[in-house]
Amino acid sequence: MMYIEPRAVTRWYHEWLAVLVALLLTVLTVSFVLALMGLDPVTSMKLIFIRPLNSNYGISELLAKATPLIIVGVALALGFRAGVWNIGAEGQLVMGGLCGGAVALVFYGIDGFWVLPLVLVGGALGGMAWGAIPAFLKVRFNANEILVSLMLTYVAILLLSVMVHGPLRDPDGFNFPESRLFHDAVTLPKLFAVGRGHIGFLFALVLAIAGTWVVKRWHLGFEMRVTGLSPRAAKFAGYSRDRTIWMALLIGGGVSGFAGVVEVTGNIGQLVPNISPSYGFTAIIVAFLARLYPLAVIPAGLLVALSYLAGEAAQLSLGVPAASTQVFQGLLLFFLLGTSMIVNYRIRFGRSI
Amino acid sequence: MAESISIADHLPAQSRQCLSVLALSKYFGDLAANYDVRLSVDHGEIHALLGENGAGKSTLVKMIYGILKPDSGSMELKGQSFKPDNPSHARASGVGMVFQHFALFDSFSVLENIALGLDGRLPDVSLAHEIAEVCDRYQLDIELNRSVYGLGAGERQRVEIIRVLMQDPSLLILDEPTSVLTPQETEQLFTTLKRLSEEGRSIIYISHKLDEVRALCDRATLMRAGSVAGVVDPRLETSRSLGEKMIGERLNETKRSVFTDAGKSKPRLIVRVGDIYPESSRKVILKEVYLSVAPGSILGIGGVSGNGQDTLFDVLSGEVVLPNADAMILDGKPIAHLTVEQRRSKGFLTAPENRLGHAAVPDLTLWENVILTARHTRSILKNRYLISGTKAKEFAEEIIQTFDVRASSVNAKASSLSGGNLQKFLIGRELLGRPTLFVVSNPTWGVDAKAQLFIHQELINIADQGASIILISQDIDELLSVTDRICAICHGRLSRTFSTAQMTPEHLGSLMLGQEVEP
Repeated sequence: MMYIEPRAVTRWYHEWLAVLVALLLTVLTVSFVLALMGLDPVTSMKLIFIRPLNSNYGISELLAKATPLIIVGVALALGFRAGVWNIGAEGQLVMGGLCGGAVALVFYGIDGFWVLPLVLVGGALGGMAWGAIPAFLKVRFNANEILVSLMLTYVAILLLSVMVHGPLRDPDGFNFPESRLFHDAVTLPKLFAVGRGHIGFLFALVLAIAGTWVVKRWHLGFEMRVTGLSPRAAKFAGYSRDRTIWMALLIGGGVSGFAGVVEVTGNIGQLVPNISPSYGFTAIIVAFLARLYPLAVIPAGLLVALSYLAGEAAQLSLGVPAASTQVFQGLLLFFLLGTSMIVNYRIRFGRSI
Repeated sequence: MAESISIADHLPAQSRQCLSVLALSKYFGDLAANYDVRLSVDHGEIHALLGENGAGKSTLVKMIYGILKPDSGSMELKGQSFKPDNPSHARASGVGMVFQHFALFDSFSVLENIALGLDGRLPDVSLAHEIAEVCDRYQLDIELNRSVYGLGAGERQRVEIIRVLMQDPSLLILDEPTSVLTPQETEQLFTTLKRLSEEGRSIIYISHKLDEVRALCDRATLMRAGSVAGVVDPRLETSRSLGEKMIGERLNETKRSVFTDAGKSKPRLIVRVGDIYPESSRKVILKEVYLSVAPGSILGIGGVSGNGQDTLFDVLSGEVVLPNADAMILDGKPIAHLTVEQRRSKGFLTAPENRLGHAAVPDLTLWENVILTARHTRSILKNRYLISGTKAKEFAEEIIQTFDVRASSVNAKASSLSGGNLQKFLIGRELLGRPTLFVVSNPTWGVDAKAQLFIHQELINIADQGASIILISQDIDELLSVTDRICAICHGRLSRTFSTAQMTPEHLGSLMLGQEVEP
């Protein structure tokens, strides 16, 4: 028989080794599936994972995709450390995009250095408000934040749809469910001549560094960490559980909302019914891939962004279905969770005692 | 069977032996948990296994009971080579073990629990008869139809013992059996054990309570750092000489230098409150709590664990806030409404019983754990928001130096320290904060003898400097040797308070069982 037992000693590099093994297993499994479909694994892997990075355009696209993943990933890493399972970052991102976009449309045609910051703040506040709902319900009624935040995601997506079909629809848009295109003053500048990479990526880098600072040096970050690791010890230390829940969801919601408004002002340039290909959910994978270290969210975000590009490339050049992106990401999360268990436990063969 | 001893006396040495262990070694990585251990237990002998935490006692008995396999060496049981592959094999060979932590199903009855421990038996009338016979023979008093949920620690232990006796063992291993018992329950256990030994059954008795070993055991094997440090006749030793042999160095005695007369000085803390309902319905309700403690005085609160101590501690520490501010008066001011942090700023510090997960976060380093309670006193927080790692590390280092904590560095995780060392660190964390009032719960639980003495001495030192201490403990020796005044808690009700000088272990035991006595 097989049984598991806790490891006596774990070393710091074990967790990164686990990440590496998870990546390796994902690549192997994808190759295996490709081989089953009658494709040559090596050439196909090159085609979908390496070629998208071979051009400036590809790099620019990668940064564009990585931007929301990194921003939300940092927010989630903080919250998950506090043991607050905010699964609804997608909804907060959508609300951020909607509220920020609405501000941009209200000030349509008005130039001024203050308009763009206002739009960005509007987006962050929108996401924060959406995060405040599960926080209030958990603190007041002990409602499960996983369910509440997840359900609110669908509410947010439908709300966006109602708005772009109704009040925010472009009056000259032939009834298409789209808003006006944002004017230049509220559009984030591009990073390169080609592709969609925009300065939002720099915001993401700054946020990852700030997140590290909060976790390492801020008492607030410490407080949230202690609450997540050991609620009883946190209570003994005098740290409030309610405060941690509020902070985790307000920060998580605010930063996710910021990611949303950055996405619409930097990438899409208008409000459409579908502003995010599940960035908010995928960022959960990013946060865990980074082992909840905000700085490690940067490479993790880039890597997962590559899976989006790889999915697109796989569709175009190999003719595999669009769902392949989700298959890549699903496999990655699956192996990550599996290997992270092996960091703390070992599998033994023989009779358990 | 009672005559088996006299028969055994005339037999050659080899057949007198029930168990002999020869040169047993067991390694965990580089660490020799047992090295060249020899042990011989005669038929009908009560043999003590003495040693500090980590001396290798548990490893040894786990090998005898088939839980661990030795790396080298051999064992003989009743003259036959003995290599148990697993506990059921050991049980079939006649070895039984009663663990420190009970493995009983709460929702099942005593009878059902015993049946579960016996392969292929049903909890029917014939089993009940057999159990009744065993209980009768060894004076084990238990109701078979009660559910285990409502049983106290002593009764639960009896269920475990009956379960083992039903297998008719020739060798019985008991791991610190009295750690959860009152003196009266301990007496009862000893009667049973003596009866068993008269029948020729051998007993290995693991303990670090030296008085008990002297009262009960024929021989004692002392273990130190994985090896046998000697075999002695405990009746010819004093508790002190045994302790010194166990630790390998001379011990200083702890004694209160001054017994303060609490009646004369004004109390520092007065707690006066009606019933307190804990947050969890499974915990004991506190009834009409009244206690007071004077400056420079140590108040002991005895009690078998699970009688409301944890709720009492939470109320004192501020983890449970009372609605009525006047319920607790510190230096003349109401404080029951204050939070944990506000109490700390008034010099009111606490140290809970549970080290990992309550007093400390297991996965955090020592210096990070310092921040939990010392962040305000040691200017570890800059501008209220930023943590100064340097300041925290300095303080952690100071604790390690002052309290002789064996840790690789301030960067060691709390969970990597041994129980005694972590406890010294955590007690040090509070004591260096110079408390005026210190509430501590079972500070020497699972702590080795040397650390125990050290912690007692430190408590006495700060009391001598004028601090008030409330010591919640289930260790009678500790209560009698450290405190000035004593009360006990039973089913959530506090007894009257007595002067320790008037107390005997028996009186205290009765108080812990809820009987009012006049010492």
